[in-house]
Amino acid sequence: MDPDCSTFFCQAWTARWSLLEGLMVTISSSIMTIVIGTVLGFVVGLILTYGMLPLRLLARLYVDVMRGIPVLVLILFTYYGLAILKIGVKPYWAGVIALSLFCVSHVAENVRGAVQSIPQGQHEAGMAIGMRFFQRLRWIILPQAVRRALPPWVNTALEIVKGTTLLSVIGVVELLLASQQAIARNYMILQFYMAATIVYIIINFSIAQAAAALERRYAYLRY
Amino acid sequence: MIAYNFNWAVIWRNWDAFLGALALGLGLAVVSLVIGTIIGLFLAYARLSPSPWISRPAWAYVEFIRNTPLLLLIFFVYFGLPEIGIYNLDKIQSFILTLSGYAAAYMCEVFRAGLASMPRAYGEAAKAIGLRPWQRQRHVVLPVMFRITLPAVSNNLISLFKDTSLAAAIAVPELTFTARQINANTYRVIECWLTASALYLVTAYAIAIALRQVEKRYAVVR
Amino acid sequence: MALLSARDIHKKYDDTEVLKGIDLDIEQSEVVALIGASGSGKTTFLRCINLLEEYHQGRIELEGESIGYTASGRRRKLGERQISAQRAKIGMVFQSFNLFPHMTAEANVMLGLTKVRGMSNAEAADRARHWLDRVGLADRRRHYPYQLSGGQQQRVAIARAVAMEPRLMLFDEVTSALDPELVAEVLAVMQDLARSGMTMVVVSHEMLFVRDVATRVVFMDGGLVAQSGTPDEVLHNPQTERLRSFLGRFHGIFGPV
Repeated sequence: MDPDCSTFFCQAWTARWSLLEGLMVTISSSIMTIVIGTVLGFVVGLILTYGMLPLRLLARLYVDVMRGIPVLVLILFTYYGLAILKIGVKPYWAGVIALSLFCVSHVAENVRGAVQSIPQGQHEAGMAIGMRFFQRLRWIILPQAVRRALPPWVNTALEIVKGTTLLSVIGVVELLLASQQAIARNYMILQFYMAATIVYIIINFSIAQAAAALERRYAYLRY
Repeated sequence: MIAYNFNWAVIWRNWDAFLGALALGLGLAVVSLVIGTIIGLFLAYARLSPSPWISRPAWAYVEFIRNTPLLLLIFFVYFGLPEIGIYNLDKIQSFILTLSGYAAAYMCEVFRAGLASMPRAYGEAAKAIGLRPWQRQRHVVLPVMFRITLPAVSNNLISLFKDTSLAAAIAVPELTFTARQINANTYRVIECWLTASALYLVTAYAIAIALRQVEKRYAVVR
Repeated sequence: MALLSARDIHKKYDDTEVLKGIDLDIEQSEVVALIGASGSGKTTFLRCINLLEEYHQGRIELEGESIGYTASGRRRKLGERQISAQRAKIGMVFQSFNLFPHMTAEANVMLGLTKVRGMSNAEAADRARHWLDRVGLADRRRHYPYQLSGGQQQRVAIARAVAMEPRLMLFDEVTSALDPELVAEVLAVMQDLARSGMTMVVVSHEMLFVRDVATRVVFMDGGLVAQSGTPDEVLHNPQTERLRSFLGRFHGIFGPV
């Protein structure tokens, strides 16, 4: 190690680009996963609630299986599996796919829970003025359900941000692996892990704060 | 269609290794849950303490743990402890330490909610029959609270069991690590990971079903 | 021809038959009060009219059109599109208001007008304003349901239903969930509607309202129509012991109705 650069800050400055790149990978894989997981999870959640029986059972099976397998196993399975099937994707994408599979199942459960928590009377009131199923869903049920699904959705999002660290296991240089690479050069174990921890906490707190602000904005929705 | 010829013989040959690894993971989860429960209970009381000097640190600990990726915590403890002069933990002990501390934060939240939802009347009834504060907690509040929180505790156990897969990152020979090794030695990728997934899945649901029975047995009628 | 005619309506939940063959004709501008003990099937029957409940036998016709099920041939439920169109002709007000909590009072009234009737926003807003004014809530148009009292919420719910210009209005114990001091304002709105010639079927325990506003009272008992007639006939001249004892419960409170 360079004797002129023995402080953590000097070392962090030296490694700034790779750390920043790692942070960007963490952020981009989180956003990618959350977007994919939310869109597909929303659909699967509706199938789980209103789908025809065979479709609904299929969705239920998917969700229950995904929730019973550790995310790390999903990631390794996807990574090695895609490779053996000669489907050439970068580790980053294998990781995003695996995390999305997980995210979809959680969002789907959240959406189902939220939709089913809307009182039956809301459906009936919509029926009584002659609205058809998709109209009721679009104008009455979903606007309320989305707001109820927000708190558990935030939890899922936080899980995903934390879950991106698992991508390091298949060699994706996200924030954790970038920190470890820095540590490998300078052995400042505690400092760099601590720094990474703080970054994760900042990211997660920001998400939680943003969600709390949203919830306050829609506070009038509580009955 | 991509051709892939299944060869399950590899799995049967390594079946004992899979089962042993599974048992290790399950053991890690149970031990961590037990330790985590004890610490979590103290943390929950600390969080409910009227003194900010006690409740704030407990809050900070819980938020710190819940917002930090588990893998980072595992590395932090495993590589970090020797830095502060603690050398005598092997990787399994180090992992148990981490997972227990992690579980404690989550259990704290479970118990805090449980204590908050305790009907006040129970405590007052206990007071009325002359139990001292400690006795009230020991004989009335805690037994009821444990029963109320049992479903959340079983969910935590299942989560912890799945989280033991992360021990693979520090080469603890649990199921994920073992599957990865057999995968590397045999190239039977799909079989290996299907087996590992199935074992996790079956065990997770077995835990869920078993604990559902316990919950039924101890359900509080309210 | 009767506006609404129900013939031999039977409904079962699992093995218990809750409606055992209801026959009822309702003429234009009639206000029919359904009374009876809980479990007598009056709410279930009301919900059958609006197809919120399926029934297993019998037929309901609105202005000669078979409601909910095919008119002839094998008995089949109609498609969603048809059923929705039929429901739009029948307004319903619920015991629990069921206002849409994410919408203002005005938006609650407008929703069906724009999405079902296909009105423009301006047109719908005009009509919503008219009806909210009519139920005495002109100054509450921009309020969300949680900002309104129970009585106000129920009046919005009535405006929401009536604004659709239904041929028939169903009221399902609309004052049961209200605090006593809020009941009168809702009944006043209903009385106003009745005077304007709206055809109404009202399930209610408000015997004074039934006596004063209903043109006909139908006493239901055990899933059947037990007695039917003018308020005077039914309330003052009960033909059965069951009706007598049912009415007896109200005497203490209001004096003889």
